[in-house]
Formats: sequence, structure tokens, C-alpha cells
Amino acid sequence: MNAVVLEKLKSRFANAVLDTNEFRGELTVVVPKERIVDVCRFLKEDPQLQFDLLADVCGIDMYTPTKRFGVIYNLYSLKNKNRIRLKVFTEEEDPKVPTMTGVYGTANWHERETFDMFGIIFEGHPDLRRVYMPEDFEHYPLRKDFPLMGIPGSLSLPKK
Amino acid sequence: MGLEHVFGDSFVTTKIDAAINWCRKNSLWPMPMGISCCAIEMMAFAGPRFDVARFGSEVFRFSPRQSDLMIVAGTTTYKMSKVVRKIYDQMPDPKWVIAMGACTSSGGMYRTYSVVQGIDQFLPVDVYVAGCPPRPDNLINALMKLQEKIQRGESKGSFPAYVGDAKLNQPQPLPIITG
Amino acid sequence: METRTDELPRKSKILQALEDQNTSVSFDDPLENEMILNMGPQHPATHGVLRLLIRLDGETVVGCVPEVGYLHRGYEKLAENCSYHEFIPHTDRLDYLSPLSNNTAYALAVEKLLGIEAPPRATYIRMMITELARISSHLMFLGSLAMDVGALTVWMWSFREREKEYDLFESIAGARFTTSYTRIGGIAQDVSPETIASVKKFVDELPGHIRECEKLLNTNRIFLERTDGIGVITPQQAIDLGLTGPGLRACGIEHDLRKANPYLAYSAMDFDVPVYEGGDALARYYVRMDEMRESVKIVHQILQKMPTGEVHAFKPKKVLPRKERIYTRMEELIHDFMLVNFGVEPPVGEIYSAVEAPKGELGFYIYSHGEGYPWRLKIRSPSFANLQSLPVMMNKCMISDVVAIIASLDPVMGEADK
Repeated sequence: MNAVVLEKLKSRFANAVLDTNEFRGELTVVVPKERIVDVCRFLKEDPQLQFDLLADVCGIDMYTPTKRFGVIYNLYSLKNKNRIRLKVFTEEEDPKVPTMTGVYGTANWHERETFDMFGIIFEGHPDLRRVYMPEDFEHYPLRKDFPLMGIPGSLSLPKK
Repeated sequence: MGLEHVFGDSFVTTKIDAAINWCRKNSLWPMPMGISCCAIEMMAFAGPRFDVARFGSEVFRFSPRQSDLMIVAGTTTYKMSKVVRKIYDQMPDPKWVIAMGACTSSGGMYRTYSVVQGIDQFLPVDVYVAGCPPRPDNLINALMKLQEKIQRGESKGSFPAYVGDAKLNQPQPLPIITG
Repeated sequence: METRTDELPRKSKILQALEDQNTSVSFDDPLENEMILNMGPQHPATHGVLRLLIRLDGETVVGCVPEVGYLHRGYEKLAENCSYHEFIPHTDRLDYLSPLSNNTAYALAVEKLLGIEAPPRATYIRMMITELARISSHLMFLGSLAMDVGALTVWMWSFREREKEYDLFESIAGARFTTSYTRIGGIAQDVSPETIASVKKFVDELPGHIRECEKLLNTNRIFLERTDGIGVITPQQAIDLGLTGPGLRACGIEHDLRKANPYLAYSAMDFDVPVYEGGDALARYYVRMDEMRESVKIVHQILQKMPTGEVHAFKPKKVLPRKERIYTRMEELIHDFMLVNFGVEPPVGEIYSAVEAPKGELGFYIYSHGEGYPWRLKIRSPSFANLQSLPVMMNKCMISDVVAIIASLDPVMGEADK
């Protein structure tokens, strides 16, 4: 099934498939961030593939000089019962990725979480607020340069 | 006082403080501050097997105005700490706090950026309960320790008694507060 | 403030007096205004620390914004800072109503990354504990839904059953509910024949107790009126919002990862996936009640087919050796030292492994750099995704239905907030 998906994706988006990888039977496709919404819409609406459930969106900090942040989309097809993983990368300065909320409604909170944890800005997101940390928190906890125990004084406690 | 000779067995003489403390300790109404995993054990503590009604504390009040014991059950994050403190402030005096579980007592296994490393940083705690989560038996033990403290009239939120501490009658040191 | 004399007949004397003193009082009809109600994070019916901001028009909900994060404990950051084995106890506290299910999900994910497989007996035991965990989670759902709509007896009865199950977990794993039972490539220790006998006794008796509870609820008019047609979500909306688990199956979509992508040994089991139409709170209740019976069916089959043999895979460089061997053999001592200090060191790669947890699809995405700790571990928690459908379910419902809808969705904030 992975070969069929990849074939269709390559024939539809010839220059948008930057890299593919298959590990333990799971297909990962790297696409440029400008095309991610089109690719997802195609995968969702194609009558044969029908990746209609967005299982998860998550960020990743590669901690490399270029292409530092990645956003990973795990798609699932209720009809074919298979998965595909899409990946986009963005730079450290100005980490921006177009939002997926127009295609999958569930992307709303997952993207808010990614913004909260990595500071990746999803352009066009209807409600891009922090979801876990308090609104006035200034750092992004899951970045690799953020210490596990946090930055002293960044979060306040009530008076005793 | 010698009054027993006059009245026989039908009267009991006592100090008013002792009588009030006796009343208080046997009708502790908990405010279940159920935050995470410990809340499930706290529900088991109120449930049919462990049955906290035997100790007069079965009346769980979800309104802070009607309760006098706050059981903080679960990991307290910085975001939640303000809520916990606000609810504690709304409780009428006298009031007591049980820190249930490792997370509330010390941060437990969550040495991370978002978890308060012990609720005693912002609340006066009377009894700490060990365990992750503590078994309901241990929470009942904590309640009994608290009852002893109340009977002695000590529970002003400044001298914590540790569950399992044999030297309970010795003066306790002030808790070390960091932050 | 200028005086609006044309409205004078409507105003009371008090309001007139206020206006004379130049106060900024508005004379809008209070019933025409919308009110914002804050519910939680400390509320008996929010199942933990969920906070809801509800916009009300009279008693009707016109908008709802769920606010999570009051229990954000930083699991994903912790996972990057501890080895694969060290993270197992943290999975207990994700969905703390069914820890054994999370243990299994995590062990399966790491095993997929490593490319190893647990031996058949361990697989069957894992399947048994997963189903017992599903029963325990659904019993909690049953009790809390009934309590939230006003039936306390069912809560007492479901807790009675849960206590029996805790006894089973205690004899299986040694702890009531923070079990940390699975290991990479196996389970902590084998299950004794006495425990198997008590599991059998429990699953024999459970359907009778479920029927007892159903007798109280299924024909109870108050219960039916408070759940029937409440919190409706259509199948299209459910898929769009990423709803999984019993919530999705209550919309008429037959999606269960145990059937769709069988893991463990579910392909050898004979069971049905309960599906109901309607998508309301009552349908979600029916789905969970039927799932408990299906779980009982599965546990019976597991007990019949339980194979004998080892419970640890023979992969000395990946699986922790038995304690008695560490103390007596050089080879095992070295492996134990290496595994504890440097971790299992999987190959470079990334995997996503999902199981059907009681609440829905629980997935672990692991990105490995080939070191002993994960570079990135993402938990796809069902409760977090399911909570997103709350505003849709609450649209145009009454304020008293809010608690019934939350209870029927059965979120656990431990995994929603991570």
C-alpha cells in the first residue's frame, strides 16, 4: 500500500516530494512547507487513498543550524486502514508553517500545542494561543536549549 | 473538680477547648482538591471498601466555603497553584491541609519546568502522605494523625506532622520553605 | 450620562436615582444579555482539572471554550531526559484509569522501534491486562456518568467492582494502579496460577454485576432523559475533529484498532466491535457497556488459549535480564550494566505505534538518534483530541447537560495535559 501512496503522490506532486523514507513499514514523506496543505488536501480527497483522519501533529527540534524545526503530520485512512507520515521543516528564525485547520479540524489544538512547545507559528490559524503553559510564559519548553527544570523566575507562585 | 460526686454518671466535665477540638476532629469535612492520579485513590478512600465515614469525614464538599480540610491530591503545576491557593483562601478558619502523594509533597517524579516542587511553597501543610499514589489506608492514617493534632489543638498550619513519625509529641521544627 | 426620558416608564425608582447621580448603569434587559460562566478547573464534574468557559443565553449554551493545561507535567521533555526503560513508570500516570493499557502501548512502541517481539505468553498476558484495564476504565466511566446525572448507587457499585480489579492488579503487578508492569521485550514477572484463577472468577462474575447496574439505568427515565439526544455529534464532524474510541463508534463508524490493525494477538480473538448510531451521550454509554462484555469475552478466550513458556524475549542486548541471573552470571551482569547505564540504543529511525486504549487511539511517536534515550517522544493522547469535540457537542444544549456530556466523553486530564 505504501508504494501505491508514494506513486500517486509523486505523479501528482512531481517536485514536492523532497525525500521519502520507509522504516519498519512506515512511510515518511518530506514535503516543502508551502505545499503541505495541498498535499494533505489531495491525500484526504483522493477517492482511492482517503486519509481522512489526522491522528496527530507534532513538532520536533532537530537542533541543527538549518532546518531546525520540523512539523510532523500522522495521517490515517479509515477506509484502507493504513498510515502515512508527512514532514515539513522550517528555519530557526521566523519558524512559520501554514495551518492545516482548513483541511482537518482536529489540527486546531495540535497546532496550538506545537506552538506552545516549540514556538512554531502556524499562519492562518484561527486561535493560536498557548494551550498548556500560562499565557504570560515566554519560553518554549520542548526546544532543546530549554532546560528540563525550567528557567528560574519564569513562572510565578501565589504568595504564601 | 469533684462535681462528679454531686451529679453522678449523667454529667461529664471537661475543658471547653477539649470539647470543641473533639467536635472538630470527628467531623472534618474534606474539600477534595482532586487534580490527578491521587484523586482516584481519594475516591476509593470514600468508596465502599475503605469507607471514610467511619472517621466522620465522608461529607465531601466541593464548595470551599463548607469544608475545613483540603486534601490536595495530585501533581500541582504552576498554572494550577494559583487556583489551589485561591480555593484555600476561600475556606473558613480553622482549616487544615493534607498533601497527598509524592507530587504534592515534593514534586515527586516530575522534576520538570511546569511542576511545583512541593505545595508547601505556597500552602501551610499539616500532614504529608507518602506514596505514589498513597494507598487509601495511608490516607486514612493521615486523617487519623490529623485528628490527633486537632485534639491537641496544634493544627494552625505551622507545625507539620509527618505520617509515620514516632516522635509526634516532640516539638516539630518549622518546615523549610524555599522560594 | 444623558437621561433617556422616553424609557422612563420601564425604569424603577432605584435605577432613576442611580442615573441622577451620574453612574454608568446600563438599562439593558438582563435576560437579553449573554453570560460567561467559568466552570472549573476545580469542579466535581470536570473529571480533574478541565476548565470550560461557557457562553450562556439564559440556560442555553451558545459557545464553549475548553481550557486545558492545568496538569501539564512535561512528559515529553522528561522522556527526552530518561532512557527507554526509565520512562515506563511515567506511562502509568498518563491515563491513570487504565495504566496497564498505557504500559502495553509504550512497550509495543519501543519494541517496534527496536524490531523485537515479546514471546507468546507475554503477549497473551499483555492482552489480558489491557482488557482488564479497559474494564476498569469503563467502570469508572459508568460510575461517574451515573453520579453526574444523579445516581450515586451505581458509583458505589462500580467502585466495588473496581476494588476487586485493583486486587487483581496487585497480585499481577504488585501495585494497585501505578503498575509499571511491562518491560521492553516482555513483562516484569509471570502471572501465577492463583492469579489466573482469580481473574477467571472476576470475569465470570462481572457480567452479572454489569447487568445489575444496567437494571438501574437502562429503563430509568431520569437517566434516559438526561442522556438521550444530548451531546450529538455527526460522523463527519467526529472524523474531522479526530474523535476516536467509543465516541467515534457511537456515531456509527466501526473503527477499532484491534480489528483494523491488529496488534498483540487480537487477530486470533473472536470479538465484536459494538457500534451504535446516534452519536449522543446515551449511545456512548451503550458502546462502553457492550465493550465491557466484549472484553470479558476476550479475557475468557485468553485464559483458554494462554500459552506456556518464557515471558521475556531472548535479546540480551535489548531486554533486561532476570535478577537472579544478574547475581550469578557474568554475561548477564554486563548486559544489565550496559542496559541500565546506556539504554537499549535502538537504530536511527522514527516510528508511530498506536493501540486502542479505553479512551481511543493512544499512539507513541518516537524519533531515535540511535542513543539510549529518545530524541523526541510524542504522546498522541486520545483525551486531548477528544476534548476538541466538546464545543460541537455542547452547541445549543442546556447548562445542566454540560456535566452529562463531559462524563459521556470520559476525558482524563492526565493524558490530555501530558
